[in-house]
Amino acid sequence: MNGYGGSILRVNLTTGKITKEPTPADVMRDYIGGRGFGAYFLYKEVPRHADPLGPENKIIISSGPLSGLMIPGAGKCDFTCKSPLTGGYASSSLGGLFTAELKYAGLDSIILEGASPKPVYLFIDDKKIELRDASALWGKGTITVEKELKEKFGEEFQVAVIGPGGENGVSFASINHDFGRQAGRGGVGTVMGSKKLKAIVVHGTQEIGVADLEGYRKAGMALFKACKEAAGLKDWQTYGTTIVTSWCDEVGALPTRNFSAGSFEGGKHIYGQTMREKIVITDKGCFGCPSPCGKYSRMSRYNTNVEGPEYETIGMLGSNVGVADIEDVAQANLLCDELGIDTISAGGVIGWAMECFEKGILTKEDTGGFELKFGNTQAVFTLIEKIARREGLGALLAQGVKKAAAKVGQGSEKFAIHVKGMEQSAYATHNATAMLLAYMTCDVGAHHNRSWAITYDLQVGRELVVPEKVARIIWLQNFRPMFDVLGACRLQWVELSIDRDLYVPALEAITGLHRTWEDLEKAGDRIWNLTRLFWIRENEGFGRDWDLPAPRFYEEPPTSGVTAGQITRFEDVQKLLDMYYGQRGWSPDGFPTPETLERLGLGSLAA
Amino acid sequence: MRLFMDSARCSGCRACQVACSLNLFKESNPKKAALVVIPHFPAPGVYELKVCTQCGDCAAVCPTEAIKQNSRGAYYVDIDECNLCEACVVECPESVMFVRAELATTAWKCDLCGDCVSVCGMDALWIAEEPAMAA
Repeated sequence: MNGYGGSILRVNLTTGKITKEPTPADVMRDYIGGRGFGAYFLYKEVPRHADPLGPENKIIISSGPLSGLMIPGAGKCDFTCKSPLTGGYASSSLGGLFTAELKYAGLDSIILEGASPKPVYLFIDDKKIELRDASALWGKGTITVEKELKEKFGEEFQVAVIGPGGENGVSFASINHDFGRQAGRGGVGTVMGSKKLKAIVVHGTQEIGVADLEGYRKAGMALFKACKEAAGLKDWQTYGTTIVTSWCDEVGALPTRNFSAGSFEGGKHIYGQTMREKIVITDKGCFGCPSPCGKYSRMSRYNTNVEGPEYETIGMLGSNVGVADIEDVAQANLLCDELGIDTISAGGVIGWAMECFEKGILTKEDTGGFELKFGNTQAVFTLIEKIARREGLGALLAQGVKKAAAKVGQGSEKFAIHVKGMEQSAYATHNATAMLLAYMTCDVGAHHNRSWAITYDLQVGRELVVPEKVARIIWLQNFRPMFDVLGACRLQWVELSIDRDLYVPALEAITGLHRTWEDLEKAGDRIWNLTRLFWIRENEGFGRDWDLPAPRFYEEPPTSGVTAGQITRFEDVQKLLDMYYGQRGWSPDGFPTPETLERLGLGSLAA
Repeated sequence: MRLFMDSARCSGCRACQVACSLNLFKESNPKKAALVVIPHFPAPGVYELKVCTQCGDCAAVCPTEAIKQNSRGAYYVDIDECNLCEACVVECPESVMFVRAELATTAWKCDLCGDCVSVCGMDALWIAEEPAMAA
């Protein structure tokens, strides 16, 4: 079909068997691509109660119908699997140039199954596809290995690689690419490590067929024109995601010392403006991006370079651990990247451990002798290494904050900041009810990007608990992830505010199918409900309690900063859930009703 | 008129290359573009652009006279007359003359269509008159 590579590559790591199958037409129709393909194949193919780190788990890597084409930001690749961090659905998006290359190799998805007895990497050069020995690469860092493989095969080859974190079973290991891009969340790199797959190398030269070439060219040009004329373009190009750091600090949304506050006294030392002035050397974009949020930085103090830090990393490895120096944050970012672990979860577990230490729950005996206090940069660096190697205290933290807190106890569960086992990303939600609900109900755990609503909270009234807010969250959850389904970036819509209807003629010219945003949102609703079914199927006792936020946000108001004394009452948390379930067509326990499944065409799959 | 570039503004996204291949070959394939983006990562962490200056050395050396000038004054390859000898590739001082038999049955180069400029969000590319030589 037009707009697609046409094939799904199935790689069985246990047997070494590699097969290609045509991408099924009904899956293209109902799930479209990217995250949709991931959700469908995960639910259909991974057996119930599969061990996330066992051979039965699969990684589904998918491009979308826009990937690799002349569409702004058409470089998003979805990685889906059962999460070793949460035990539920994991889907993580990777930017860079990888997904375009998959399409040029004629592939819509790669399904990785089984587990190899020895380290291997997957080599794809158009039709030449094989598993190769990776013993010489095992144990090495992601940047080191990517450089080595690029030097070996050439610049046109794209590489996705795991680091020691993924090899060693850290629950939040990442898959890295393009010297600084990650599929970071939920432990997709951990699953790749459990399959002993060190890297995927891909190169393709095939044509991606489109239904109406001139229509596609015109619609693509119109999208680029809209981006280039957008009022917010220059600021976004200058600062990228770090543009929100100062704003978050001002409104009390910047996670500070393990989310105990939302404003940081050292904030200005980690603001986007400070970063741009002090360390940024190059703007670095993903495939086809006119508004690159990637900033490549040089840390002269350490004589190192890193892509980033992004806002989330600044929040989590800066203010959340009390570090008030942008070069130190960038260096922590680099350590996580090279070792192949998620910066957000790393900042979450380290912030929690620091609070444990300051409260006397963890001691020098636990840390191996160092003072694990907020603001101790060297302790952050040391712990990142220890987590990746699963040594000492690092072995506890490598399990994620939910499991670590359950082991340590002593009330530390109350300040373990996660939902469903995923560490919350960098928005403090003491008094921001839409964003709080977004985290509570996000399909992978406490992640921001399905429905980013923090600015909306401030616009409409942050403490309001009203049906309109809930409806907004549901709309965002159905709509925003569709960019991950189409294989393009959402930030041109989010940050440049381009008219989303400009995508409609582009998608039609490429695929030959007319789809409105209403149609796409219905597919988004279908995918959202399918992933909810996966959580329910995989976790005994799954229900309403799983959607509750960290108690800190309803029990413990910050004592400093602009949100001092502010909190969301527990009855309002419950009210948000009641409204959310009602509007989604779910039962009071949070289960999609049979009518809802029928309406979305999920009846037979769920049966 | 010719294409100009500023490597320091390039963010390595390849939109220019996709637009270029779409113009030259009616397909979306950055490997069939007539300008080059060379990333230098992890260090020093910069992109390097290479574009055609329309110097005409390729046309001068072409044994079949397949490289001609279009209405914009840009040199282009006449597919029917190119014999893939690669003389132009060797001659090109900017390394932006291409023959890759596995990808296309013709040599290719920049014909100054301007589509790369249209899609570049970073203003790293532009078309202008060649500056006058200093006296």
